[in-house]
Amino acid sequence: MKRIETRDTGRLAVGIAYLALGLVAVSVLGPLLWAVGTSLKTYGEVFSRGLAFFPEVPQWDNYVEIFRIAPFDRYVMNSVIVSLFACAFTLLTSAMSAYAFARLRFPGRDALFVLYLATMMVPQQVILIPNFLLIRELGLLDTLAGLVLTRVFVPLGTFLLRQFFMGIPIELEEAAIIDGMSYTRRFVSVILPLAKPALVSLFIVSLLAAWNDFLYPLVFIRTDTKRTITLGLSILQGDLDIRWNLVMAATIVAVSPLVVAYLALQRLFIEGIALTGSKG
Amino acid sequence: MTRRARAEFVAALAFLAPNLIGFLLFLILPAIASLAIALTRWRLLDVPQFVGLQNFADLLRDGRFWLTLRNTAYYSFVRVPINAAISLALAVLLNRKMIGRDFFRVVLFLPVVMSIVATAVIWRPLVESSGLLNGVLAALGLPGVPWITSTNWAMPTVIMIGIWKEIGYYMVIFLAGLQAIPRTYYEAASIDGASNWQQFTRITFPLVSPTTFFVLTVAMIFSFQVFALTTVLTGGGPANATTTLVMYIYQSGFENFRMGYASAMAFVLFVIILVFTLIQKRLANRWVHY
Repeated sequence: MKRIETRDTGRLAVGIAYLALGLVAVSVLGPLLWAVGTSLKTYGEVFSRGLAFFPEVPQWDNYVEIFRIAPFDRYVMNSVIVSLFACAFTLLTSAMSAYAFARLRFPGRDALFVLYLATMMVPQQVILIPNFLLIRELGLLDTLAGLVLTRVFVPLGTFLLRQFFMGIPIELEEAAIIDGMSYTRRFVSVILPLAKPALVSLFIVSLLAAWNDFLYPLVFIRTDTKRTITLGLSILQGDLDIRWNLVMAATIVAVSPLVVAYLALQRLFIEGIALTGSKG
Repeated sequence: MTRRARAEFVAALAFLAPNLIGFLLFLILPAIASLAIALTRWRLLDVPQFVGLQNFADLLRDGRFWLTLRNTAYYSFVRVPINAAISLALAVLLNRKMIGRDFFRVVLFLPVVMSIVATAVIWRPLVESSGLLNGVLAALGLPGVPWITSTNWAMPTVIMIGIWKEIGYYMVIFLAGLQAIPRTYYEAASIDGASNWQQFTRITFPLVSPTTFFVLTVAMIFSFQVFALTTVLTGGGPANATTTLVMYIYQSGFENFRMGYASAMAFVLFVIILVFTLIQKRLANRWVHY
């Protein structure tokens, strides 16, 4: 009798768990499906189809139309350029400085590292104005280079990779030392290959941050053809007002590169973001 | 210095230089400059004029500053606990072998990879007066809600969408925390006849508390920086009900070109974030959970 009771409450608990998870999953997927459906509707259908998620006939032409309204291809290209350069420089410079902090002895090392740690809590919003003035002084306002430069040197990268490098057994490098390898050779052929998981995490986090940033492009970029996709989307949605079908088509274009990458590499994304999140 | 030590020092400098130069130039210098600019009156085109703490004194008397600070605090203090509670609940539900576990994890995390701008744009037609949400409410026989057109509802709507975007993020952090709790505790508890709820309150909740604490403080730090969500979704309206601190910094700096005043506000934001960071660093070390 007792056992049957616990099995029933166990089954009830599982039922409630699925119900709760299902509800949340629906509330996450609902808006996204609505956006996809709306992006394929005619302007009339946006207001006439009531609660129907999808149109009578999908209007693929909406996706062509938005490229006619705005230089969307340029926006995407700009985002790709900014993201890739920002990621490449972040990985390269952070890995190098992390190696110095993790493996080399030099005067003032610990004090300097504390400075890196201390500035991890300074948000980009706080230094926005001096960074704007600096980029303006350097003549890099309204350039993609200005966007790249202000996002490469986040201390998180150095911090994260230093942690990881310190976990790599020193014995693995000792053989290389005996072979008389230079620091550069040891860094490139011993440390970097072993640090691949940490580098991938840092790459994913930097990619998301660069692709999705809004504030810095908003402040730095003036020319239409230099807008990133995120900035372009924010301005386009204002211009298009309630032509939701086109607004949603633009949104799908803006999010799909990262969403597709995420769906293909779910585990890497989730673990990478969670790892850097719980270290930050 | 021995020759080897000198060689190591030179190597260290070479490895450090690329990052260190950028770090000093784009982070340390701006952080210091921020405070210096906050002590000036500077309209960008004229010469900065030292005014001491005048900007901070002006802030104290600026009703709009207090309004945006209150809005930001409202957003953060309401959003963060709800967000953490939902994420913890979902993590607990998913922290077991079950069919569809990966599906739920992937779906709930999906909004995390989208930009806040895209999130806000996707939600705009849903929260219109004749949008999907009111359509669903009407189908259920319920009255519509003035989601972003009423001063009372606008901030709760912004909070709801902010949570929607990040539940998966904090859920994954909670899942990592939950996995550190030894399975044997639950086995012992079920042998003693502890219910699911008792297991949650007596084992899970106390043992996951360091993660909870981490999530609360980190979410607070991020929430105080809210800008894109309100800018795109509501533009700060209606009647400034959702204008946030960073929005006011942006407006002061880049619409009114009051660099000193905007920097003073940025400094206030920095201090708020510093306080949360220190609370986190200090208590995280002291948090004993057994």
